[in-house]
Amino acid sequence: MSPNLPTPLRTFWANAARTCVRARPLGLTAALVALSSCGGSSAMPGGMSSIAPSMAMRPLSVEAPSPDPRVGLRAGLFDAEEAAWNLRVVSKTPPPEAFVGKTNSDLAFKGNYAIQGNYDGVQIWDITNPSAPTTVITHLCPASQSDVSVFGDLLFVSGEGMTGRLDCGAQGVQEAVSHDRLRGIRIFDISDIRSPRHITNVQTCRGSHTHTVLEDPNDQDNVYIYVSGSAPVRPAEELAGCSDASPNQDPNSALFRIEVIRVPIARPQDAAIVSSPRIFNDLVAPPTHGLAPDDIIAMDEAEAAGAFVAEFEGRRRILGDRTTRPLLNGIMTARGGTRVSAADSATLRASIPAMAESLMGGGGDGLGPTQCHDITVYPAIGRAGGACGGYGLLLDITNPIDPKRLSAVSDSNFAYWHSATFNNDGTKVLFTDEWGGGGGPKCRASDPPEWGANAIFTLDDQDMDFRSYYKLPAAQTSLENCVAHNGSLIPIPGRDIMVQSWYQGGVSIFDWTDANNPVEIAFHDRGPSDANRMGAGGTWSVYWYNGVLVSSEISRGLDIFELLPSDALSQNEIDAAKSVHFDHLNSQGQPQIVWPHTFALARAYVDQLERSRAVSSAWVTEVRAGLTAAEATSGSARQSALTGMASQIRGQAGQSGDAAKVRMLADALRGLAGS
Amino acid sequence: MMSDPRRHLPLPYVAAALLLSALSTVACAGAGGPTTPAPRSGAGAANAPPPAPDLARLEALYRARADSALQRVSDADAHFMTGMIHHHAQALVMSAWAATHGANASVLTLTARITNAQKDEIAVMQRWLRERDRPVPEVDAGGKMAPDSGMQMPDMDMSDTQMPGMLSPQQLLDLSRARGVNYDRLFLTYMIQHHNGAVTMVHELFATDGAAQDDFVFKLASDIQVDQATEVARMQQMLDGLPSNHDR
Repeated sequence: MSPNLPTPLRTFWANAARTCVRARPLGLTAALVALSSCGGSSAMPGGMSSIAPSMAMRPLSVEAPSPDPRVGLRAGLFDAEEAAWNLRVVSKTPPPEAFVGKTNSDLAFKGNYAIQGNYDGVQIWDITNPSAPTTVITHLCPASQSDVSVFGDLLFVSGEGMTGRLDCGAQGVQEAVSHDRLRGIRIFDISDIRSPRHITNVQTCRGSHTHTVLEDPNDQDNVYIYVSGSAPVRPAEELAGCSDASPNQDPNSALFRIEVIRVPIARPQDAAIVSSPRIFNDLVAPPTHGLAPDDIIAMDEAEAAGAFVAEFEGRRRILGDRTTRPLLNGIMTARGGTRVSAADSATLRASIPAMAESLMGGGGDGLGPTQCHDITVYPAIGRAGGACGGYGLLLDITNPIDPKRLSAVSDSNFAYWHSATFNNDGTKVLFTDEWGGGGGPKCRASDPPEWGANAIFTLDDQDMDFRSYYKLPAAQTSLENCVAHNGSLIPIPGRDIMVQSWYQGGVSIFDWTDANNPVEIAFHDRGPSDANRMGAGGTWSVYWYNGVLVSSEISRGLDIFELLPSDALSQNEIDAAKSVHFDHLNSQGQPQIVWPHTFALARAYVDQLERSRAVSSAWVTEVRAGLTAAEATSGSARQSALTGMASQIRGQAGQSGDAAKVRMLADALRGLAGS
Repeated sequence: MMSDPRRHLPLPYVAAALLLSALSTVACAGAGGPTTPAPRSGAGAANAPPPAPDLARLEALYRARADSALQRVSDADAHFMTGMIHHHAQALVMSAWAATHGANASVLTLTARITNAQKDEIAVMQRWLRERDRPVPEVDAGGKMAPDSGMQMPDMDMSDTQMPGMLSPQQLLDLSRARGVNYDRLFLTYMIQHHNGAVTMVHELFATDGAAQDDFVFKLASDIQVDQATEVARMQQMLDGLPSNHDR
């Protein structure tokens, strides 16, 4: 795929040098110095090869391994057969003895530590050496699901189950009403990570299934926690003030609201609920989203071929035989016939719009869902994606204690809105559907590809527009619980790439840069954890953190993967991703990715332009050579070379097939010159 | 839209108080499990090279703990699982008619998903009971219960009408005879009733001493509650969108 490396004399540097100074062939350094005197691209009319592509642009397309190696993997707990494509298993570390057979849950990261929730507590790993993670501490304090987050020296842990105790005891809580029970958020001081110190608890009426840490860019004194709890409301006898009456009967009802906890950073012991926003108020049935482009084409074709098509709930649907046959029979019977005729079909066709119209309509009581399952905040753009019962919500979170709903979507294919991920530009949001709650085998060949999947939306100011579904493309067995679950962006510059857990369906990495056409580019999977029954296991969450992919395996411990280059992802793109460093990460408190200025970043953009055929191959060759030459120099020579290159490339952007990406390259070069 | 959890009503189920005491989780872990009072922390050898884990030993521990978990069964949980299998089975019966009774496209989608979801959950609940040597209600593909199927537990009258939300024989008969939009309307009306009943069963479970201490039961019950409450909201909207009752 890569063209042969050019000789330096064929590079645009040489060309530019000739043009500018009309000199004899120059040494490289001289050429770069000469270039620096040239100024902008206008001084180099004959400079670079034409950027204009000679071939049509092509969408990302990947040749996936066939047959899919994920199908038919041998079962096993710690010795299951594995399949991996375009990634490498760096380490597989079983859980500490105390957590063997206990459910691992979500992950958070601080420094070189991975903090793994477990239904029996929290496990902290040192992942300084990703090939050999070591146990720092196994902290026993049972409460499902132990969703974890960090901020500074604070660790937050969710408790929802009936067994969580204030004293962290393992004996459970037998009484239905008990003051020993903890359901809510536990807060620990982890300034000494080997010895977490319990600070306080914030009890909530529905407990905390998940929570989200919101770091408000305008508030340096506090951090906020959005609490989502999906289990039933606690009795008031257990936690005063809790009510599950309808809000119409009791304005203090714990239903139909979320909880916002404010944690003063200087006095975390004062953490408390500060608001309970009713973000669902007046939420009536929003329009279900439209069809995917491919579906529209298929629908048009089917209609042209004679299928009956009706519009229900704002969406066109092909009516199957099971629907149309009784209707046709009815029409036939009404005219006293015995065989369905073409006239009967015409009658049905003519009456479908009226039938569909009569089936349409609003409704609902305006209360909306009673809770969210999870909320992903993206403070850099002041937005949050709420996955709430039957709805996906877009929230304005510029005032953390008073989030406002901007819009809502629902989807007849979505059973239960589970979580959200924004792309880094904040122009798209991806919601997951945890159909069946994660315990069901929803990736069998017989399960529809739009059920238990991701739905991808583009953001148009305040509106969300449906584009497509993405579901794990490999059929799993009925022994493997499998449905869309947690993941994060991988910081590949210029593309939207996500890594995601599918429980026993494994890890799937996909490109959703084209919202209409998500494409899987890498995966890892194991066989079932048990050959005879649907055992516990699979990946709960997998996140990119400082160069590696870290997966919380429910039964098998901690897995760490590394990306391998492929046709769909170059080494330069991987290197650019690895240049991004976080000092901590809570995936549901989505950080904005900012790429340091590196040669890898510039080369990643060049690789992408080449892959999509947005530029000519000669241009790619010259730019690569130019980068090689510039990297070989230093100081002002490098700066001059990069600056000149940046301005010339910027001037060419309009002639390429992807002006925006070419400008990103120019910006990267300018940034590199300045760094 | 949420059903009344009936927290203050007498519980329909007898919850045998089961003394699980300190048997759960860590204490029954076998060799090596910390046993000091909580909160506890066991620092590992952070700086030493990690010894190669003995996976065979960990797997044996995993199996031992799984077996030990099977011994800790609360009657409230077992009763919930048994009842919910019956409850789900009726949803299968109600949904199976959609294909032949002229359901509209969105009701067909809904019934397909209900059928898929509840069949899977029935299988999971059956397995949970089987592995604990409890009577297992058997359900055929269409949702019909085998006679005398696991309902002979003392003090537990689980005839269908005793469980919240179950359709009466007359309601079932009406639904079986309905066609087209009448089927859609009755189906949605009755399935809302039925789902709300399941939500009530979850609330009752959680209001029972000794219940849902098993993480699996807690999660399954919570999931049933949120899935069905979500589906109730969706069905209410579908119902509101149906044509008026003129053609009955």
